Amino acid sequence: MILGHLAVLSIVFFFFGAVIIPLVSRLGTWVPHAVAVATSAIVFVINATNLGYVLSQGTIRYAVGGWQPPIGIELVLDPLSSFFVLLLGGIAVVVLWHSRYPAAAELPGRTAPFYSATLLMLGAFSGIVLTGDLFNLYVFLEIAALAGYALLGGGSARAAVATFRYLIFGTIGASFYLLGVGLIYMGTGTLNMADLSAIMAVTGVEPLLVIGFVFIITGVGLKMALFPLHLWLPDVYASAVSSGTALVAPLGTKVAAYILIRILYFVLNPDLSRFQLPFTQVLGILGAAGIIWGSIMAIAQKDMKRMLAYSSVAQIGYIALGIGLGNTYGFIGAVLHTLNHACMKACLFLVSGNLLAAGRSQSIDALDHSLRKSMPWTSLSFTIAALSMIGLPPTAGFFSKWYLLLGSIENSAWIYVLVIVASSLLNAVYFFRVIERLYLPRGDVAAEEAPVVVADNRPSLVAPVVFLALLLVVLGLGNVIVVRQLIQPMLPAGF
Amino acid sequence: MIELIDDYYAYWFCFLLLTIGLYGVIVKRNLVKKVIGLSIFQSAIILFFIIAAYKDDSTVPILDPRIEVTNADAYINPLPHTLMLTAIVVGVATLGVAFALLIRIYGKYATLDEDTLMERMK
Repeated sequence: MILGHLAVLSIVFFFFGAVIIPLVSRLGTWVPHAVAVATSAIVFVINATNLGYVLSQGTIRYAVGGWQPPIGIELVLDPLSSFFVLLLGGIAVVVLWHSRYPAAAELPGRTAPFYSATLLMLGAFSGIVLTGDLFNLYVFLEIAALAGYALLGGGSARAAVATFRYLIFGTIGASFYLLGVGLIYMGTGTLNMADLSAIMAVTGVEPLLVIGFVFIITGVGLKMALFPLHLWLPDVYASAVSSGTALVAPLGTKVAAYILIRILYFVLNPDLSRFQLPFTQVLGILGAAGIIWGSIMAIAQKDMKRMLAYSSVAQIGYIALGIGLGNTYGFIGAVLHTLNHACMKACLFLVSGNLLAAGRSQSIDALDHSLRKSMPWTSLSFTIAALSMIGLPPTAGFFSKWYLLLGSIENSAWIYVLVIVASSLLNAVYFFRVIERLYLPRGDVAAEEAPVVVADNRPSLVAPVVFLALLLVVLGLGNVIVVRQLIQPMLPAGF
Repeated sequence: MIELIDDYYAYWFCFLLLTIGLYGVIVKRNLVKKVIGLSIFQSAIILFFIIAAYKDDSTVPILDPRIEVTNADAYINPLPHTLMLTAIVVGVATLGVAFALLIRIYGKYATLDEDTLMERMK
């Protein structure tokens, strides 16, 4: 009975939590946090059940409200979407668990709206991943964006300025998406993805539909911060509340990457988007340009959060490159990198949140040896995540880059091979700069003998960070299992 | 050429409106004018859907006893209209959030001009 509705429950629970938080927030200051963590934990369990069911029994199609597709809206749980929605729930649990003190400190008295907006955004992200309807996806895209603006712009006035710019970019992107959906609806008369795919298999892809897909991909590219549409991202990530950034940075752009995978390889015929229309080639080139540009800009930054934001632009480039390669290795690399980058970025942004919570500056020049003494676990986790970003084995980052390299070699795309290797060196430059400051004493005697104030004393701040760092090693060692069990079943037809 | 204008003039105006909106967002330095441009841009897309739903010699999609239900050609396609109801709500919500952010910005920096704002933020 209820098992038949598991598909829709993750969205329902998140939205229910978002509504219930303002109602129960008067019971105590700890309540919103507890509700948010509990909601995402329940959703995580539901999603894990769903993934297990989908892998053993096959795709679940759920007609919302009993209205049968293609007229009604359907939710589709296939290996790809159930993997992404599980990733969403998992990252949400860890980041929300960590957020108790940072959110209370950075938004005094306003934690209830913060958690409410967070759950609204997570519910909309789940909706984007699960829906099988193009217009429904637009609605979820805008719910996620609006909740995201509230989440990111709620802190300082500087954050409001950055978020305003994000709002302009984001709304233009969503409008482009809507325009594309309109053109496709005019051409085929359907909004259901599976139906659209079936219709296009018969009628072929007319110029009108191609224009529609171009609008959709451009719009999603804006949301994904694909180079050169990434201009809004660094300011927003650098100025927002640290828990907000730690949630949006690993998830927001990944959801947009998911839409691209869905449109290019599942709605469109993969052969069409790979060989006949230049969609994937363009995506690959932009991804490669984003990798280099993001890495170089990250080196130039003095502020830790800005550095991580530019590194996000580069990492999104890896995912776009993997999608753009259009072969099995590229696809595996892109999906694996989505998982790895979500864990790495969450870990790194949580570390920057810990620095802020300990009263430390975000400036890289201000970091020194004393930090390692006062925050040993945070420093260690930062180092593991940084090594994973660079791509040193056995951390997770190595293996996704390895698959991307294999994919580039298979396509004989030697430029991409060069880009991936060069960017690993650039990553090493900007992360070792921080690690060196943390671990090598600078011979300053006064600083050496200063009493050590241990700041790593709140379990809720340290445990999530250490957990993510450990997870990176586990994911790295267990990458064969992840690829075989989870990613192989989701490969699109024709790969 | 004449047909292109005669049959599709509504689309030409729609895309003109789209361009005006985009121009406002990109070129205007005042943040409120940017929001106005954004609103025009969104409205143009809403009009685009409504134009796409239009058919010559057909009536509003409300059941008319004189026209059979099976005679679908006699009714305008209602689906784009319902979709646009949702899109209008989304547009209103976006405007609300944009103005809330602008109030926050004005309260702190006492300006809505982009250049002045950039100077005051340093």
